[in-house]
Amino acid sequence: MARSLARIAHEILERNKSVEELALVGIRSRGVPLARRIAAIIRDISRHDVPTGALDITLYRDDLMRHAVGAQPVVRSTEIPFPITDKRILLVDDVLYTGRTIRAALDALIEFGRPKAIQLIVLVDRGHRELPIKADYVGKNLPTSLSESVQVHLTELDGRDEVEIQR
Amino acid sequence: MKKDLLGIADLSCDEIYRILDTAEAMREIGGRTIKKVPTLRGKTVVNLFYEASTRTRTSFEIAEKRLSADTLSIAVATSSVQKGETLVDTAMNLEAMAPDMIVVRHASSGACHLMSRICRSRIINAGDGMHEHPTQALLDAFTIRQRKKRLDGLKVAIVGDLLHSRVLRSNVLLLTKLGAEVWVSGPPTLVPPGIDRFGVRVSTAVDEAVADADVIMMLRIQQERMQGAFFPSLREYFNVFGLTTERVKRAKRDVIIMHPGPMNRGVEIASEVADGPYSVILEQVANGVAVRMAVLYLLAGGVEEGSHAEAAA
Repeated sequence: MARSLARIAHEILERNKSVEELALVGIRSRGVPLARRIAAIIRDISRHDVPTGALDITLYRDDLMRHAVGAQPVVRSTEIPFPITDKRILLVDDVLYTGRTIRAALDALIEFGRPKAIQLIVLVDRGHRELPIKADYVGKNLPTSLSESVQVHLTELDGRDEVEIQR
Repeated sequence: MKKDLLGIADLSCDEIYRILDTAEAMREIGGRTIKKVPTLRGKTVVNLFYEASTRTRTSFEIAEKRLSADTLSIAVATSSVQKGETLVDTAMNLEAMAPDMIVVRHASSGACHLMSRICRSRIINAGDGMHEHPTQALLDAFTIRQRKKRLDGLKVAIVGDLLHSRVLRSNVLLLTKLGAEVWVSGPPTLVPPGIDRFGVRVSTAVDEAVADADVIMMLRIQQERMQGAFFPSLREYFNVFGLTTERVKRAKRDVIIMHPGPMNRGVEIASEVADGPYSVILEQVANGVAVRMAVLYLLAGGVEEGSHAEAAA
């Protein structure tokens, strides 16, 4: 995982000439620590602090209120403490699957301003897209079947770094 | 959540904390340039207010609009209620137009419980007579938690017209559920008999109630609900029960002063206290929007298994 993130950080600096324009936004929950780790690696390489924010997409989900029974998903706070207009936003999530989370995140992000560009970073791309969405930086492509589930564990939240595939 | 929010009495501690935590996230939306999220798109919310209200109605309307719901507010003064339509008939007619939620304020205690039995729409109580005003208690708790970081173990003094106050009832239920030490104080004529059974300490001496308090919550003298003389004069009431700078000094040094509004300055609270450094009265109003957004969001989802909306669905 560390090597994948280091490679992604290098790719980001290779593709984006001015580091000053960059900002990282992690999608809650596991995108947030991943974004912080990438920011730390970029700092080590370029001596530049990339601002980092957290985005909760619950209120933008397209599957809210589709179920007659059961509690609403928990809403957590969005913290983007910098203007995103004219920035190159690097959106970070752990697993890319149907693409619906990213669709919601794009909608949410655009309410904060008009970024110059949005690029997508994911640790794992497991396929099975339902929307025309593609990641710009991928830690690992992981072909899976629909019956499997992919769970990313991170030290910050789960006490260990691990990608788990469950049948 | 259950189908409706009729009162704090129906909420568990977990549900209360879920509402407060959700409100925390909702607060950030109010600070954005575009203060709107698409969550309740396509949902219709009716605000049915049988009693005068500025704060609560505006607060609900803003909350609904920030969540992208379609809202309409019925001003009873210009509606068929003036032609003699009963609450049940109004409820059934509104229901026929299939709104998703109805926010009700009514002068009779239990009005929203009656509507809850008739309507499939989710009912939110915005104040029913002298019974409950749950969203007010939730925003009060939110404001206290924001300032004090906790609710359990705090000493909260609630002073004023206890008898006619739905804010009191909802707050007592909520604060005792979450472990606060609640003191109530007011003229003996305005203390409801048996209030001590709610687990609160009663004192007719304001100075005792506010001594070392973390929170002082003032209640409005509700002259519109008073039939008869409960105290000799407003000036005498202020002298004996009004919150003055001298009384505030008896509380903890970091006390916060709350009031659900509208205030009667110079009756239950001195102007210099209402506008003073300990007052969080306008924070309460600001937090009201976030708390109501949280309630609307949580109620818009699925209902708990076994509740009557599920049976109706």
